[in-house]
Amino acid sequence: MNSYTDKIKEISKRLLKEDKVDMVVGYRKGSVPLMHQPYIAQNEAEVDAFVWDSSCGLNLANYITDRTERIGILATGCNSRNIAVHLVEGKIKREQLYIIGIPCKAMVDRHKLAAMADGDITSVEEDEEKGTITIKGENFSETVNKADVLQENCSLCMHRNPVIYDELAAEEVPEQSTDEIDPYARVKEIEAMDPDEKWNHFDDLLSDCIRCYACRNACPLCYCPLCFVDESNPQWVGKSMDATDVRTFHFLRAYHCAGRCTDCGACVRACPVGINVRDFTKKLEKDCLELFGWEAGLSAEQRPPLDTYSPKDPEDFIK
Amino acid sequence: MKVIKIDKTDWAAGLEKLRESYALIGPVKEKFYHTFKTLEPGREPDMDYSNSRISPKFVIYPQSEVILKCSMDANDPDYKIFKEPEKEYKSKAVVGIRPCDADSFPLVRRNFDTEDYKDPYWLRAYETTTLVGLACNNPCPTCFCTSAGSGPYSDESLDLLLVDNGDHYLAKVLTEKGQSLVSAAGWNDDAGDDATEAIEKKKADAESRIQSRVNTENLAGQSLLDLYEADTIWEKEAFACINCGTCTYVCPTCWCFDVQDEIHGNQGYRIRNWDSCMYPLFTMHASGHNPRGTKLDRLRQRFMHKLKYYVDKYENGIQCTGCGRCVRMCPVNIDIRRICNMMNSYDPESCTCEVTAS
Repeated sequence: MNSYTDKIKEISKRLLKEDKVDMVVGYRKGSVPLMHQPYIAQNEAEVDAFVWDSSCGLNLANYITDRTERIGILATGCNSRNIAVHLVEGKIKREQLYIIGIPCKAMVDRHKLAAMADGDITSVEEDEEKGTITIKGENFSETVNKADVLQENCSLCMHRNPVIYDELAAEEVPEQSTDEIDPYARVKEIEAMDPDEKWNHFDDLLSDCIRCYACRNACPLCYCPLCFVDESNPQWVGKSMDATDVRTFHFLRAYHCAGRCTDCGACVRACPVGINVRDFTKKLEKDCLELFGWEAGLSAEQRPPLDTYSPKDPEDFIK
Repeated sequence: MKVIKIDKTDWAAGLEKLRESYALIGPVKEKFYHTFKTLEPGREPDMDYSNSRISPKFVIYPQSEVILKCSMDANDPDYKIFKEPEKEYKSKAVVGIRPCDADSFPLVRRNFDTEDYKDPYWLRAYETTTLVGLACNNPCPTCFCTSAGSGPYSDESLDLLLVDNGDHYLAKVLTEKGQSLVSAAGWNDDAGDDATEAIEKKKADAESRIQSRVNTENLAGQSLLDLYEADTIWEKEAFACINCGTCTYVCPTCWCFDVQDEIHGNQGYRIRNWDSCMYPLFTMHASGHNPRGTKLDRLRQRFMHKLKYYVDKYENGIQCTGCGRCVRMCPVNIDIRRICNMMNSYDPESCTCEVTAS
């Protein structure tokens, strides 16, 4: 994705040179394959470290909450939607931001590629024209279609183009449609399970959790000054590895994200033990769509449904 | 020290015999990756693994451990009186532990076994555990054990070191515990005169395959306050950090803990849990003040502890064995090799340091 990288550098340098922003938030190349690092460039020289390819799968909106500087930020579809959520929730002001929109060509799943490799991956090459990814290690080299190794949230994404931006770094990409894919196929599978199956599914899903909170901390929505699991007076949740407490953390976090989650997949990408945290959040996304006709982060003005009150609410109890 | 030969055809039968006197723990693949598990009868450790995601430190030092119990029944004469729970410390053997992970135990011991304080839980578990190491012939690209006081064939912290040699293991019997284990398994074949030489050759080959390193020679000589105030290092590196506990929880050498009381039904429990310097509650004072209140403070604490405070206090290298887990698993690619090299090369006069790619 050299064309993207070059254009991102060009725009970032211009913004810094013209003193439009104090910093630009992007990615620099990671020291291990598939793991680029969120990075701030505060001068033109630092911009040279910027990189853009299919391993930029975290969410940069996570890095701007409550900041006071003028910030340039790279934003894919989901990242831009989280910026919109931040604007609605008062975590940053629009006039502080210069949003460099990135029409997103989807990110690759680092867990999937690692599972495919016959040993440790030492390099990753991307052929944009052919749409392939080549992973190499000491004794292997394997080329796969990028479409087959996408992060699941990216393969189901309906908003690849940024919804809010000041400037685009490339031409818009075609959007996927629900005629081609069902973004909720997996949710429906889980919904169809009987209670025992469901219990076992979620029990198994969380059995590896080590409570490192990488999912929470990679999430731009989780900006509470003190998370309920860290509260010690009163103490809502035990801090040991008790299974009920582990579940409580995941359930409550997911509900706190209902109507706000953009399915950016940062939680799954960050999890060191490969838990598909999206099994919770995707269900709540589906519920918000069905019950309220709501998709998170498409508007920088409207508050999310569970965060607002409307006299037109059809439910009788509220009148 | 003697070297014996264990034919792989005798491996499973030996393990079965060991079960009579040891609980066996070893690497097995669960879902997507390897982890250390108690091996039920018939289940063998997967000796083809690279390394586990979570280090085996939990075998000695569990993530959550009940250290005291009490009755919460007001009619009970022992109501609210904490007592040590009865716990069986049966002999166990960790089979297939990597040398870097074994080298973490003596390092962690410096914290749990001092002249003034002896941690009974850690020590009892450690003393009843036999460590059967598996030498590393295919180190990961992120391994830097040879420059962190360990190595792919390091045998200083093991009771037995197994070297995969085709159809058999060459086994270095290193301690009495190791001898007891091979006797219990019935492994006693003479490895022949050239076994030691064969091991040395494989060791040199494995060491030459370690691709990355850390520079630590200047750390002890650096001024603690200069490093603490080295904003050129901390501000830039802290930006990406999300303050999750991944690095500390996968680390074999992180030892910090937090003690919590919980009540379940009519029982009260005092539980020791792993803590993480990345968390907002870490070192939070009762007043509400936290001397490490920001992300930068917490990230700096982790690296200063491992690469400066520990270095100065124990004069025994860095608090790291180079297993590379934090490098591989940090969701935002904070790389201890890079930060160690920055700290090692920091020049307080010019406030600059060498920045390496890894």
